[in-house]
Amino acid sequence: MIFVTVGTQLPFSRLLHFMATWASDRQEKVILQTGDQGDYAGCESFQTLSKSQFQDTMQQARIVVCHAGIGSILSARDANKPAILVPRRACFSEHRNDHQVSTATAFEGRRGLRVAWDMEDIPRLLLEEIETPDASDGANYDRLISGVRDFVTA
Amino acid sequence: MCEILAVSSGGGHWQQLQLLSKAFDGKKVVYACSSDVGDASIIRLPDCNMRTPWRLIITAIAAWKLVRQINPDTVVSTGAAPGVLVLITAKLHRRRTVWVDSIANTERMSLSGRLARSFSDLWVTQWPQVSHRSGAVYLGAII
Repeated sequence: MIFVTVGTQLPFSRLLHFMATWASDRQEKVILQTGDQGDYAGCESFQTLSKSQFQDTMQQARIVVCHAGIGSILSARDANKPAILVPRRACFSEHRNDHQVSTATAFEGRRGLRVAWDMEDIPRLLLEEIETPDASDGANYDRLISGVRDFVTA
Repeated sequence: MCEILAVSSGGGHWQQLQLLSKAFDGKKVVYACSSDVGDASIIRLPDCNMRTPWRLIITAIAAWKLVRQINPDTVVSTGAAPGVLVLITAKLHRRRTVWVDSIANTERMSLSGRLARSFSDLWVTQWPQVSHRSGAVYLGAII
C-alpha cells in the first residue's frame, strides 16, 4: 500500500490528482490524506485522519508519498518507512513561498528519502527499492539536545 | 510556577518541540500549542500568522495571559508566529527565552525567527549555512 499525505493545512491537488490518476489502473492500493474536500476518485481518501488512524495507515504502507513538510518527514521516519518528497511550489499557489523546495534540496540524498522534482518522477521512484530511514538518535540530535539542556539548566 | 513553558504551532513545529523535550528531562514543563493535538493537558493558543493582523492581536493577548498565568523561568519555542508572541511576552517579563527555528528553514531564518531575534537569549538555527549567514547559533538538528 502507498500512503499519500500532504499535511492538513493547505491543499495540494496537483499531487493528489496525479496519484489518484496513477492509482486508477494499478493493482496496488493507494490511500490519500488530502487536507481538502476534493474528489479523488479511484482512491480511498480522507480529509483528515485521527492521530491513531494516521499512525496505523503509516504502519501498513510500504512507502509514503508526501509534501516536503517536516511533519510528514518526521512521521515517515518514526514509522521507519521510506518517503518520496514532493515539494509544494509557490507558483502553483501550493504554499506562501518556495521553502519546501529548499527543504527537499537539503534532505535529498538522506537515507530513506527521495525527491520527486516533477510528478513524472514519482512512478519511477515507486519502482525503486528504497532503504529505510536512519533512526532518530543521531549525533546531530544529541548535540542539539545537550546544547539546549545546558542553557535551560544553567 | 513552572520552570519551562514550551510552545509552538501544530504539525511539524509541534513534532520538533516534542523531539526537543528530551532537553527538558527532570524539569517541570507546561506545553502550549496553537493547534488541537488531541491532548487535553496541552494549553490551546489561538492560531495566527504574519499575514493575519487581527488574529495576531488576539493571539498576542492570549500569549500575555499565558505567560502571567504560567509564570515560567524559561520559554522555549520552535515557531511559528504564536510562539514568537509568547517569547516576546516572556522577554518583556524578564524571563529567559530560547528560539529554535524550524529545520524547514534551510537557507535563511524564518520570518518569525527574525522577529524573535531581539527577544531571544538563545537564538538557534538547525543548519550551519543559516548560522553563517544570520549569526544564529548552530548546535545540531532534530534529524
